[in-house]
Amino acid sequence: MKAFLILENGTVFTGQSVGSTSEVISEIVFNTSMTGYLEVLTDPSYAGQAVVMTYPLIGNYGINKDDMESRKAWPDGFIVREIARRPSNFRCEMSLRDFLVEQEITGITGIDTRALTRILRESGTMNGMITTNEDFVLEEVLPRIREYKQQNVVERTTTISTKVLPGDGCRVALLDMGAKYNIARSLNERGCQVTIYPAHTSAQQILADKPDGIMLSNGPGDPKDCMPIVDEIRTLFHSGVPMFAICLGHQLTALAAGGDTAKMKYGHRGGNHPVKDLKTGRCYISSQNHGYVVLPESIPAGVAEPAFVNVNDGTNEGMNYVGKPVFTVQFHPEACPGPQDTSFLFDRFIQMMEDKKNA
Amino acid sequence: MPKNPEIKKVLVIGSGPIVIGQAAEFDYAGTQACRALKEEGIVVVLVNSNPATIMTDKDIADMVYIEPLTVPVLEEIIRKEKPDSILPTLGGQAALNLAMELEEAGFLKENGVKLIGTTPLTIKKAEDRLEFKSTMEKIHEPCAPSIVVENVEDGMAFAKEIGYPVVLRPAYTLGGSGGGIASNEEEMETILSNGLRLSRVHQVLVERCIAGWKEIEYEVIRDGAGNCITVCNMENLDPVGVHTGDSIVVAPSQTLSDKDHQMLRTSALNIITELGITGGCNVQYALNPDSFEYCVIEVNPRVSRSSALASKATGYPIAKVAAKIALGYTLDEIPNAITGKTYACFEPTLDYCVVKIPKWPFDKFIYAKKTLTTQMKATGEVMSICTSFEGALMKAIRSLEQNVYGLEHSSYRDMPAETLRKELLRVDSRRIFVIAEALRRNVSVEDIHEYTKIDPWFIDKIKILVEMEQQLHRDWLTPDILREAKRLEYPDRVIAELSGKSEEEILQMRKDNGIVAAYKTVDTCAAEFEAETPYYYSCFDGSNEVEVSHEKKKIMVLGSGPIRIGQGIEFDYCSVHSVWALRAKGYETIIVNNNPETVSTDFDIADKLYFEPLTREDVASIVALEKPDGAVVQFGGQTAIKLTKDLMEMGVPILGTAAEDVDAAEDRELFDEILEQCQIPRPAGKTVFTSAEAVRAAHELGYPVLVRPSYVLGGQGMQIAVSDEDIVNYIDVINRTVQEHPILVDKYLMGKEVEVDAVCDGKDILIPGIMEHIERAGVHSGDSISVYPSNTVPKHIQDKIVDYSGRLARALHVIGLINIQFIVYEGEVYVIEVNPRSSRTVPYISKVTGIPIVKLASQIITGDTIRGLGYEPGLQPASRYIAVKMPVFSFEKLRGTDIIMGPEMKSTGEVLGIATNFEVALHKAFLGAGVDLPNRKEMLITVKDADKQEIIPIARRFEALGYKIYATHRTADALKSAGIKAIKVNKFEHESPSVEDLLLEHRLDLVIDTPTRGQEKNRDGFLIRRIAIETGVHVLTSLDTAAALATALEHADQALTMVNIATI
Repeated sequence: MKAFLILENGTVFTGQSVGSTSEVISEIVFNTSMTGYLEVLTDPSYAGQAVVMTYPLIGNYGINKDDMESRKAWPDGFIVREIARRPSNFRCEMSLRDFLVEQEITGITGIDTRALTRILRESGTMNGMITTNEDFVLEEVLPRIREYKQQNVVERTTTISTKVLPGDGCRVALLDMGAKYNIARSLNERGCQVTIYPAHTSAQQILADKPDGIMLSNGPGDPKDCMPIVDEIRTLFHSGVPMFAICLGHQLTALAAGGDTAKMKYGHRGGNHPVKDLKTGRCYISSQNHGYVVLPESIPAGVAEPAFVNVNDGTNEGMNYVGKPVFTVQFHPEACPGPQDTSFLFDRFIQMMEDKKNA
Repeated sequence: MPKNPEIKKVLVIGSGPIVIGQAAEFDYAGTQACRALKEEGIVVVLVNSNPATIMTDKDIADMVYIEPLTVPVLEEIIRKEKPDSILPTLGGQAALNLAMELEEAGFLKENGVKLIGTTPLTIKKAEDRLEFKSTMEKIHEPCAPSIVVENVEDGMAFAKEIGYPVVLRPAYTLGGSGGGIASNEEEMETILSNGLRLSRVHQVLVERCIAGWKEIEYEVIRDGAGNCITVCNMENLDPVGVHTGDSIVVAPSQTLSDKDHQMLRTSALNIITELGITGGCNVQYALNPDSFEYCVIEVNPRVSRSSALASKATGYPIAKVAAKIALGYTLDEIPNAITGKTYACFEPTLDYCVVKIPKWPFDKFIYAKKTLTTQMKATGEVMSICTSFEGALMKAIRSLEQNVYGLEHSSYRDMPAETLRKELLRVDSRRIFVIAEALRRNVSVEDIHEYTKIDPWFIDKIKILVEMEQQLHRDWLTPDILREAKRLEYPDRVIAELSGKSEEEILQMRKDNGIVAAYKTVDTCAAEFEAETPYYYSCFDGSNEVEVSHEKKKIMVLGSGPIRIGQGIEFDYCSVHSVWALRAKGYETIIVNNNPETVSTDFDIADKLYFEPLTREDVASIVALEKPDGAVVQFGGQTAIKLTKDLMEMGVPILGTAAEDVDAAEDRELFDEILEQCQIPRPAGKTVFTSAEAVRAAHELGYPVLVRPSYVLGGQGMQIAVSDEDIVNYIDVINRTVQEHPILVDKYLMGKEVEVDAVCDGKDILIPGIMEHIERAGVHSGDSISVYPSNTVPKHIQDKIVDYSGRLARALHVIGLINIQFIVYEGEVYVIEVNPRSSRTVPYISKVTGIPIVKLASQIITGDTIRGLGYEPGLQPASRYIAVKMPVFSFEKLRGTDIIMGPEMKSTGEVLGIATNFEVALHKAFLGAGVDLPNRKEMLITVKDADKQEIIPIARRFEALGYKIYATHRTADALKSAGIKAIKVNKFEHESPSVEDLLLEHRLDLVIDTPTRGQEKNRDGFLIRRIAIETGVHVLTSLDTAAALATALEHADQALTMVNIATI
């Protein structure tokens, strides 16, 4: 079946429908990872967005549900050039095509994804519609497309109830704002007992459980839509409990500390972004997925110092909070998909908790 | 870290002659690195024995030594130039080995020179099998169960323990030379003993056979601060068991999940970190297709063929970045030249698929074994880029220039099913066509996977292509089917053939429906950032993003495609120089080429680079977009020349010599007319089509005669016939491929061969020099030792040659380059061949005379004149240096080939010897070609009856040099009767002492073996030559070469003075 991708600037791409045929309007973002489409699809940070994969051959190794990064697939839409007819991998359980149907994701294939990416790069992230309705009237749909805004995405993606991953090491409270599984897994693999809390859990309740450390997860949407959570984080921030935050957690911490965030032109989404540790000068290739960024100069003087910076565009990639056992990063040390080069940050966090315990 | 201020003068070691396993990729890497060093104000001293390279140009390095790559030569250069550092990681295994020898001998320390780019310790850890194994064990990186052995017994015992088959890899050899898979004790003994001999340190690794696993490679870069990135990963379509240089390779990997990929990527970073490499490195893995189990196959701590491919596949200039890292820079300080906005510290991401297919020499060596093993056999490769794997594969197939445009191969069409199944099991160069044929006959993807171990993903892609082929054949061609066929990169000619339409109809249908090629940019970042570099590929499923400029006049330069015997790196040299000259003159230049190993396909050579197949349709699509004002075909070898007519039909003016004049030089009748008109003699000859006609012609001319197809490359299919039987044989071989043109039968004159390259502006001709061949006529000019300036041809003959050259160039209306070959026979000069285009000798003659003839030719084809450019026409004064160009062969890599020299070219590369006297130049050339004698001072002579008198003085000279001479019966008799002490030995399968004993006991330095003229019928001779080559003994099959070697050895004690050719 034919499908159409209509951008808010009026550009129309024609392709074939895949997955669900439901019409969707969403924010269109592109991801440059060449592998890891399942991890991308199940990354809750894509809730409320439609993802374009810049790599043209998607679905080559099929789907293995062990690699899912959350309970389901989140994007409103999935936009690719080609889906492999015959996936091949020893762990392949089903094809991507079947997975999109199962997960009711509206997809479109046969798109010139490079041309689309160039538009997004030039004009910035924009909204779009995927539809199989051949009789759409541009003048009628464009206002609806332009109107769209991501909403309540943290609420949709967070865990419903508290969960515990047992471990005999440090006790970590993970505030799930749409967390990828591998954050909890990375800590758990290192022996931590991880308690996963819903996003709107109060600081008081978390602190009452006396965690050795607090982990703030990634998550979807505009950080400034999460002001109630920011208030709780401010309490956690001042509690003296070691805290490590990733992505949305990093942004919310900055807001809690009096800083500001801004929307980027087209964000960073992929597995090849270089970040530099400002203390050591070392560079690491990181996995990234964010459309907002912390403005480090907005944080009151003496409160925090930039810890990591993006080598490509100089944007902030991490903060160290002065005099507090708190550090945050914009990128994804939990990888999945992407390079594992910064997984040592989990060890740094554990060390911080151990030091605090032994102090 | 900024640049290390202590580094001011760097010696860069090149890789030497092109041989199988070490080709143009090192010229590409070396040239890029030298330019990067010069950009930083470093004084670059370059040494490389290969004169056909761009890196040995004086514009690339400050001091250029085209000298043999031996330890004494390097020591001499280091003493003379006093560099502070050596960069050894750009010249392949050859350069790395040399640097290690200098280091191990303590010479570098004594002279205060340090290795940059990598440390000796690192090289040792990566290259020494034992050290490598223990390093991998230390960091828990798995290798296949293996041991390093230094004798056959230990190897056999280990193989018994782990079970056959086992893989054998000799340490410190290039292209897996001497390695292989042994399935039983007998094979084990043969391969292992040979491998031990070929290894520089007499070590061979014996390991568990992991054939059938996925073969995956990572290109990794690390800087001195410890930052590391992977540039690219690549997956071999052919599973482990086939050398990666002989595999179809795809980038990025296709069948790896993110978990698989990250596991190997992390491993690669761990390895480069542990080895402490600063620069580029290649890590090869075998990955079990049914689990996460993997093992490290090999690490190359240097740039390589794979890194050249990775650079071209991603746009990331590995050699340039490696050179900057060697100077002390860190990755985050080096700008990304493609985007101009980001830094080298990132990982390229692709939004297209890249396919590489090797170019094998089996069309030249029809008797060679075509099976692919761990020993590389390909001479070159093509790469293609497309938005789909299918498209990239189809483009790569037609880039090979084998007259194959799809997946149909005539050899398999009528093959019985059972034979076809057996073919599937055979790992050879045409396997992909066998798979397609099997799919056509409904063999399942699973079954084919079972037989070939090729991942089902790839097989299904081939199936998609076969289904399209069937659909085109079966269904009425609709615009939708056509669009899909084009998306899969089916060329119009194949679509026409399958759908029963004409090519014109297909083209019209495409135009009517807007199905045209669009061009996308290779930008390292999948469009995330704006790219500044115009590096393009085509596809049919997207919109065009190339901006066509109109400010300047535009010239398209057609490249020379994959490196093959007869069309090597020299044509890339010409293409690149032409582009540079045209750019300097203010033209916009567009290069079209498909060879990932070359300088011409580097992203900053031309104003625009189209990485595309060199076929009519592909070029037409570019022409339709760019509308160039002219095209240059005379520098790209036959590949470009073949496109002349097509370009004219597209309305693109051919700059330089007109197409009809090129034709006139190739067409026998037209050419005869011209010669007659110019009153220039040529050997008598006839044109024929059948063997009967050929025999008749031979009788009229009188034997021996030269038989060859017209319009060929490197004398392909050319033979000297001495009997009717020979003629019938040869014509059969030639007619195996359909001949569009007649076959030529010429009287063979056994005279002196002389060659000139010249530039002509239509009126005047400039001849930089006359080159003469050491071997008498009958040996292909590319396989002959060539000497400049001519030292045996008398003045009046030289005058005649100059006169004839001028007459011919004018008669053919040559504008640009011309190459003419003559025979001087009994005081008369005959023309044997004229090529109104660049030739193999152009780089050599340019360098030794200091006259940049490609530049001049490029200026002339765009309107300048010889006088206008400040040159006096005619033969230029001879240089004070004598320069000897010597061919280099790769016979040890090609089992089953006969090494006899003849009219068909067999060499893969060349070296130069340059000195103020002939003998020393000759000696240097032999040294450069690897003939470093004497060694054991024992030799074998076996010559045909006709040579038995001529061999006597040569044998006497070797005897005087202290050689103990063995000879076969009749040769020994002849030598003894002349008073030479020759020891009689038996031929094969006779009692001792036999030739076999001598060879297998490694007692010989040299074999002189002149085979009976005509096709070798004598199995003994073939065996002697083969065993000699495979046991590393030098074999000479021409008495002229033998005499030249004697001359060189007689002067071996003369000091080798290093010549900086940048001063010529």
